[in-house]
Amino acid sequence: MTALLEVTELKKHFPIRGGFFGGTTGHVYAVDGISFHIERGETLALVGESGCGKSTVGKAILRLFDITAGQVVLDGKRIDDMTAATLRPLRRRVQVVFQDPFSSLNPRMRVRDILAEPIRNFGLARDARDLEERVAKLMDTVRLPRDAVNRWPHEFSGGQRQRIGIARALAAEPDLIVCDEAVSALDVSVKAQIVNLLQDLQQELGLALLFISHDLAIVEHMTHRVAVMYLGKIVEVAPKRSLFAAPKHPYTEALLSAVPVPMPGAQRERIILRGDVPSPINPPKGCRFHTRCPYVFDRCRTEEPKLAAPRTAMAPGHVAACHLHDRPDSENPLAVAKGEAVIPV
Amino acid sequence: MASATVVAPAALTSRDVAAAPPMPDVLPPVKPRRGFLGFLRRNPTIVAGAGLLLVMLAIAIFAPLLFTTDPTALAPARRTREPSAMYWFGTDMLGRDVYSRVLYGTRVSLLVGFSVALLSSVIGLTIGLISGFVRWADSIIMRIMDGMMSIPPILLAIALMALTRGSVQNVIIAITIAEIPRVSRLVRGVVLSLREQPYVDAAVAAGTRTPVIIWRHILPNTLAPITVQATYICASAMIVEAILSFIGAGTPPIIPSWGNIMAEGRALWQVKPYIVFFPAIFLSITVLAVNLLGDGLRDALDPRMAKRL
Repeated sequence: MTALLEVTELKKHFPIRGGFFGGTTGHVYAVDGISFHIERGETLALVGESGCGKSTVGKAILRLFDITAGQVVLDGKRIDDMTAATLRPLRRRVQVVFQDPFSSLNPRMRVRDILAEPIRNFGLARDARDLEERVAKLMDTVRLPRDAVNRWPHEFSGGQRQRIGIARALAAEPDLIVCDEAVSALDVSVKAQIVNLLQDLQQELGLALLFISHDLAIVEHMTHRVAVMYLGKIVEVAPKRSLFAAPKHPYTEALLSAVPVPMPGAQRERIILRGDVPSPINPPKGCRFHTRCPYVFDRCRTEEPKLAAPRTAMAPGHVAACHLHDRPDSENPLAVAKGEAVIPV
Repeated sequence: MASATVVAPAALTSRDVAAAPPMPDVLPPVKPRRGFLGFLRRNPTIVAGAGLLLVMLAIAIFAPLLFTTDPTALAPARRTREPSAMYWFGTDMLGRDVYSRVLYGTRVSLLVGFSVALLSSVIGLTIGLISGFVRWADSIIMRIMDGMMSIPPILLAIALMALTRGSVQNVIIAITIAEIPRVSRLVRGVVLSLREQPYVDAAVAAGTRTPVIIWRHILPNTLAPITVQATYICASAMIVEAILSFIGAGTPPIIPSWGNIMAEGRALWQVKPYIVFFPAIFLSITVLAVNLLGDGLRDALDPRMAKRL
C-alpha cells in the first residue's frame, strides 16, 4: 500500500522582484529539495524555527501556489502538475487549519456559510436539509453548540474560532489536514483542548495530520513521527521516541535542549547556538547548519550531507543528514543517547 | 512611649482618610446599546454629518417649495439689493434672487458630488479588482494610473472640460476620470492584502473557484474602505465642481451653481460681499457634512478603530 502523501525533492523558490521593470534579482530558497511521506491516519510533525520553510511546505501540499521542482503525490496521483480544474475535486482530500484564528475566518460570513462552503463546493450534501444536518453535525464534532451557526466569527473567542476552522477543514471529509501552527496562537488551556480535540478526531475519523509547529512539547504529545527542518531542508526524520531520546542531528539536539523542563529547579545542559540563521536568499554551501554547528569539521563546509540512517539510531526509520555519523563512534558526540526522553512522559 | 508609637500611625491614618477626596464610583456599568439607534448613539459624528447632508438633500429636492422665485429671472432695476425681507440673500448684479439661486445651486453640487462618488467607486472598484487579481494587467493598469495621478486632479478636470462643451454631465465625467486612479489604487491595495488572508487560502483549499472567491471573500471586505473613500471623493468633487464653475470651465452660466454665483459676485465682493458669502457658506457646510459622515463611517466600519471600553 502506498503512502497517503509522498513528497519528493520538493523545491519552492520565490523570485525577488526589483528594479523599475520588476525583473528578478534573486531567489528566496524557502524550500530547497525535501522529501517525506505521510501514512494514512498518521501524524507527522514538521518542526523548525521561524522562516525555515515549514509553512511553505504546507502551502505547497495544499497547492496554494505552484512549486518550483519536485513531486507531490497524493494517494498515487501526482497533484503538483495538475491543472486547476483537474485538481479541484482532489482538493477535498487535503484541508488546512491555520495559526491565527482571527484572520482564518471571513469576518463577513456567518458560521453556517463558512462551514457550508466546502460541502457545497464538493457536492457532498444531497439537498438543503442534508446540508443543514451536516453543518449541525460538524458543530457537534468540534463541541460547539448547534445554534451558534447563525452567529458571526467576531462573536467567538480564539479557541472557539479555531474549532470553527477545524470544522471547516472537516466539512470536506479530508484524508489529511495540514495544521499550520494550529495551536500556537492559543493560550495554554485552550491549546490543550484543541490538541485533544485533534487527537480525538484523528482516532474517530482516521485522519492523517501534517502538524507544523515550533512547540516541541506539543509535538511530543501529538505526533507519531517528527521531521526537523532547517533553512529549507529536512535535517532529521524519526519516530517520536527515537528523536526525543537520541537526536542524531546537532540542530535537533540544540532544539531539544531549549525545551523548558516542567520541573521546578530542574536544569538541563543548554546548547546555545551562536549567530543567526543564514539568509535563505544565499544559503551556506555544504551543510546548511555548518555556520552554527558546535561540532563542525572541514567536510561540513564543502559537502552537503544526505539523509541516511545512522548506525546508532534507536529505532528503524530514523534518518539524519549529518557527516558526524560517518566517523567512528568515539569521534561522534551524537553516537550515544543522552539519557531518557527529554520531556518526562 | 510604647503606646505613643502605636497610636501615632492610627491618628495619622484617620486624618488622611478625612482629607482624602471621596472615592469616585468605580467605572459605571456600560450598557451596550443594540440596533440602529444604538449605532447612531455610539457614532455622533455620523449623526451630525448625515443630518446636515439630509437637510441639504431636502433643500435640493424641495427648492421650488421653499419660497424661491425663478433663479434665472432677470430684474435689472432691482440689482445688487442688500439682504431684506423681500430678498433674503439680496440680489446679484442682474437682479436675480441670490436666495433662490443658492437653493437651486444645491441641486448641481449634490448631483455632481453623489454621481462622481458613485461612478468613480464602481469603476475604480472594477479596475482595482482586475489589477489585484490579474498579474500581467496590474503593471500596465498601475502605470496608467500613475500617469494620471501625476497630473493634479483639478488640472486634469480643466483639461478634459476644455475638450468638451460645458454641461453638468461633462463636469461629472471629467471629475470622475480625475478621481478614478485614487479609488483603483485603494482597491488594489486592499485586494492584494485580502488575497493573503488565511481565509482566502482556506477557500482555495476548499475548492472555491476564483470568481466566487472574489465575489464572496474579497468584494464584501473592500466595501467598508470604499464607502469611506467615496464620501471623501463626494466632498472633493463638490469643491472641484465649484472651482470649475468659478473659473468658467464647469457648469454653464445658465444653470445656477455655487461656483457660478461666486464667480458672478467676485467683481463686487468688496462692496456686496453677501453675493459670494451665501453660496460659500452653503458649500462649506455641505463639504463639512460629507467629511463628517466619512470620518464617522471610517471609525464605525474599521474594526481596528472600534470604540470599546
